[in-house]
Amino acid sequence: MSDIAMRPGAAPAMGARRTAGSLGDKLFEALCKGAGVLVLLTLGGIIVTLFIGALPAFRHFGLGFLVSTNWDPVEGREEFGAFISIFGTIVSSLLAIAFAVPVAFGIAYFLTELAPPWMRRPIGTAVELLAAIPSIIYGMWGLFVLVPFVQMNIQLAFGETLAAIPLVGFLFESRSFAGTSLFSAALVLAIMILPFIAATMRDVFEQVPPVYKESAYGLGATRWEVMRGVVIPYTRVSVVGGIMLGLGRALGETMAVTFVIGNANRMPQSIFDPSTTIASVIAMEFPESLAGSLQQSALFAIGFLLFIISFVVLATSRWLLRSRLKA
Amino acid sequence: MNRRTLLLGTGAALAAPLALANRQALAQQATITGAGATFPRPLYERWAQAAREAINVQLNYQSIGSGGGINQITARTVDFGASDAPLTTEQLTERSLLQFPTVLGSVVLSANLPGVADNALRLTPEIVVDIFLGKITRWNDPRIVEANRDLRIPNLPVGPAYRADGSGTTWVFTTYLSRVSSEWRAGPGAGTSVRWPVGNGARGNEGVSNIIRNTPGAIGYIENAYAVVNRMATTQLRNKSGNFVRPEPPAFNAAAAAADWSVPNFAADTIDLNGATVWPITSPTYILLPTNPPADKVEASRNTMRFFDWAFRQGSDIASRLEYIPLPAAAHDLVRAAWRDRVKTPSGSAVWTA
Repeated sequence: MSDIAMRPGAAPAMGARRTAGSLGDKLFEALCKGAGVLVLLTLGGIIVTLFIGALPAFRHFGLGFLVSTNWDPVEGREEFGAFISIFGTIVSSLLAIAFAVPVAFGIAYFLTELAPPWMRRPIGTAVELLAAIPSIIYGMWGLFVLVPFVQMNIQLAFGETLAAIPLVGFLFESRSFAGTSLFSAALVLAIMILPFIAATMRDVFEQVPPVYKESAYGLGATRWEVMRGVVIPYTRVSVVGGIMLGLGRALGETMAVTFVIGNANRMPQSIFDPSTTIASVIAMEFPESLAGSLQQSALFAIGFLLFIISFVVLATSRWLLRSRLKA
Repeated sequence: MNRRTLLLGTGAALAAPLALANRQALAQQATITGAGATFPRPLYERWAQAAREAINVQLNYQSIGSGGGINQITARTVDFGASDAPLTTEQLTERSLLQFPTVLGSVVLSANLPGVADNALRLTPEIVVDIFLGKITRWNDPRIVEANRDLRIPNLPVGPAYRADGSGTTWVFTTYLSRVSSEWRAGPGAGTSVRWPVGNGARGNEGVSNIIRNTPGAIGYIENAYAVVNRMATTQLRNKSGNFVRPEPPAFNAAAAAADWSVPNFAADTIDLNGATVWPITSPTYILLPTNPPADKVEASRNTMRFFDWAFRQGSDIASRLEYIPLPAAAHDLVRAAWRDRVKTPSGSAVWTA
């Protein structure tokens, strides 16, 4: 910019732009405002559309829709309940969080405290690249690589040993050997949300004022003690906010999960059983549902519920992250 | 609603530059649009290619699923819809549609049993039902052993696999299970998607085949066309006459010949038919055509009939090559008669006069 201004030929052009300025400013302001309002209108429109579509199902099943485990789309005896898909959605996402958070913490800790400076950028970029892979690729990779791996090297190898553990053994005991299961879905989801959580954690760890850490080191604290006593307490709320962000993404993920979860509308008895999620059920059944049918309405209804669940999770994460950034 | 507008919008946006470029070339060509079942898509696309040269009718077929096809033809946004499951008389009357079959498709069972050759395993309807009800859990079940004395069947857990996406294939297979078992009829029932008591679901024929390939002991149902092209190991099945038949063209053609095509709306029942060589799981796939085309759609309606008339006369070889089963000639004549009698212009004359 300054280069251009210094060249004599550029001066008239600058003048001309200035006279057009006031109109341009107004136009620009109007466009920006329009864009902002458009987002609100779109969001509102989606909620209203979902709700109107879902209304017949809510009317027909009432509050029982939320707790019923029946999902029977066969003509003449349609009965729909959201509980199994809500359960599958939340459990697969929480398991994914449980798998992803320790690894993400390791990545963030390594990148901010341990890694030599020349390594930080390549590893940071690699982690962020994971976030750029389309979810359908994760789905295919999950189906062709991860599922056979889980089947052969986890379920067959350790399944019976795990099932023999007292009290919690039933969680690992399954008669389903196809490898597509709640566990596989959680693994794929964990890999997908890892970069989001790791990037948030790294960013907030870096925000800790160096003087705090240096003081702690000055008192003779080890690296781990600094992490546990200074960095984590200082960033706790933001870390939780980052995790919620990952959770929000995991809840709505569709294709990757559909490929590996086994799509069974039954209550899973163990983590190796097939299950389903709200997004999968919609993706699988919407194309064959008739317009105006109870089935389509029920699909709208679970979509509406997913919207609410995601909204609550995202709002919580925003709220947690904001309070930290202001401080 | 929104979805349809979006689809049409995208279609229009994609078609616009093409239409401009080819406007002159296409001036003589009649274009018809159809939407619906995914199962006959390869066939309709191949027919469309051949018919463009032969009779100058350009078919644009969107395989969006039977449900979507019914929705679109009900809203009249396409010239014809396509559905795997037949509609009932009430549904057809309510929507003013004529339904006619084009070809038959067949559904076969495929199992992953190491050491058991293709088409060697013999299954009875009772075994198949109990596998999908979860009552047979291991391959060394006495009933399976009894039916296959000459085979060494590995002692593996049985892993049923099914289509998780709503599909005509599932409708055909579950209709068969309901027909041969009162317990299945009272339990999961028949539909494009049902509540499966056991097993793993996957998307499409390719998803089910993938489960079968990856899991020793898995068994699933897939379309025959897909099974042949991908060399899946299939099984024999005992038919209503008590014979074990292999899933091969003679058995499928026997089913087409044994069916009664004179039933109302051509909703011919080709499932579990009597006949020594009949494969029990076949089903026609249908076209839905408005019986009351408005004045500006009469030409498209006539061209749709010209297209399928050509397909009936010239398209049987293409169908057989793609592993679909052509209808017998008598059925073709019945369809043409229905076109003549049922589809009327606004002034009340027949659209199809050939």
